[in-house]
Amino acid sequence: MASRIPCPHCGLRPKEEFTVKGAALQRPEAEAGAQAWHDYVYLRDNPRGAYEEYWHHTSGCRRWLVVARNTVTHEVASCRDAAEVKAVTA
Amino acid sequence: MRYSALSIFLNGLFGNRNWAAHWRQPEPKAHYDVIIVGGGGHGLATAYYLSKTFGIRNIAVVEKGYIGSGNVGRNTTIIRSNYLLPGNNPFYEFSMKLWEGLEQDFNFNAMVSQRGVLNLFHSDAQRDAYTRRGNAMRLHGVDAELLDREAVCAMLPFFDYDNARFPIQGGLLQRRGGTVRHDAVAWGYARGADSHGVDILQNCEVTGIRREGGKAVGVETTRGFIGCGKLALAAAGNSSQVVGMAGLKLPIESHVLQAFVSEGLKPFIDSVVTFGAGHFYVSQSDKGGLVFGGDIDGYNSYAQRGNLATVEHVAEAGKAMIPALSRIRVLRSWGGIMDMSMDGSPIIDRVHLDNLYLNAGWCYGGFKATPASGYCFAHLIAKGEPHETAKAFRLDRFQRGYLIDEKGQGAQPNLH
Repeated sequence: MASRIPCPHCGLRPKEEFTVKGAALQRPEAEAGAQAWHDYVYLRDNPRGAYEEYWHHTSGCRRWLVVARNTVTHEVASCRDAAEVKAVTA
Repeated sequence: MRYSALSIFLNGLFGNRNWAAHWRQPEPKAHYDVIIVGGGGHGLATAYYLSKTFGIRNIAVVEKGYIGSGNVGRNTTIIRSNYLLPGNNPFYEFSMKLWEGLEQDFNFNAMVSQRGVLNLFHSDAQRDAYTRRGNAMRLHGVDAELLDREAVCAMLPFFDYDNARFPIQGGLLQRRGGTVRHDAVAWGYARGADSHGVDILQNCEVTGIRREGGKAVGVETTRGFIGCGKLALAAAGNSSQVVGMAGLKLPIESHVLQAFVSEGLKPFIDSVVTFGAGHFYVSQSDKGGLVFGGDIDGYNSYAQRGNLATVEHVAEAGKAMIPALSRIRVLRSWGGIMDMSMDGSPIIDRVHLDNLYLNAGWCYGGFKATPASGYCFAHLIAKGEPHETAKAFRLDRFQRGYLIDEKGQGAQPNLH
């Protein structure tokens, strides 16, 4: 994991200020059915490479962020506020 | 060649020049009855029991690196069967029983040392939880003893018993638990499988799975196509990639777990001890180094290296338990990639193709399970039905709501 994460609100901050939640997935509709919810809760692409996940800037602005990073090199490609991210990937 | 005291003596007499290689370096055949993808502990154990116990001879183990290069050589070598849940406990106890007879069975010194595993508790609630766990173990025929503070103090007097936040109140001890030389497990199983005719294909990476009519007919590798009757996947941290070649998505994330070894010390800790107030476990190797570790770093990773923040956290937890650790220098640290399942328990199951079998999701507890994992996976492959101790490890349990949540912490790998 990269040492610092570029928070869109606070700038480059040490990653210890953040808490990782996990894959940034599109939450299904409440009535989407058991299969869609099973897939959302349990199944993961788990890619070796580019990945988008939710991080919370717990010790900073306390905003939820979508961090795009590489799971092999640990490089962070981008960091956006979760509210601004419309189409999230699996 | 069978090892014995006499063979060691005679080879010593001739300058140890006449030892044969442990296993062959065969060229891949065009077709095998069973191909096992992954030459780690679990894959090699599967090949060993398939060939020895279940009588299948035409087997290949396909490994992208070399034998012992993955998690089987990267763990903290602990074996135990102190599990609470009915789906887990008989399986891990079966594994413990296999450990107890392993060295005689595969004629290799794996340095199985039943030095005891002690889990410390620091509060009334934790004592009650450990009492429950100990009782569950004993109901399953597993040894467990609840020690009070004085009994722990007699065993390990140099712990911080009066820590202001986490005073040690006692511990749950499994005397049959302990450590095993992890490299020797890989070598022993590889040698045993090879002696029963298994081809171990190293530096042979699987790049694709060829399917025809709902069946896997073979694997594309860096050494060409190899056909198979049955295909068994035991790829640990790379399970999602390998299974993805067959078009399936798993309830697994890959995370990095770090482990550490200190400089060599005189005899200091003669058992395995875990800290109950944080995640820290330690034992002392026969070379004298303290072998210890803690939690996974908490983010998805395939990098086989972790972050300093986790190193600091592990060191703090260790020092809170054993103040004398503060002056010990760490010799090495390393990372391994864990196949973290969503409920913290493994999967040994047939999956969506008729002849495709999966062994994955061991989280960071795979080493202790190596013999039973291999045996049960071999049972499933040979007989088409699960071994009685591994019936709960189905892939569809997430869909059916039969999760095996040993820690009770929910469907997120970085909580386990």
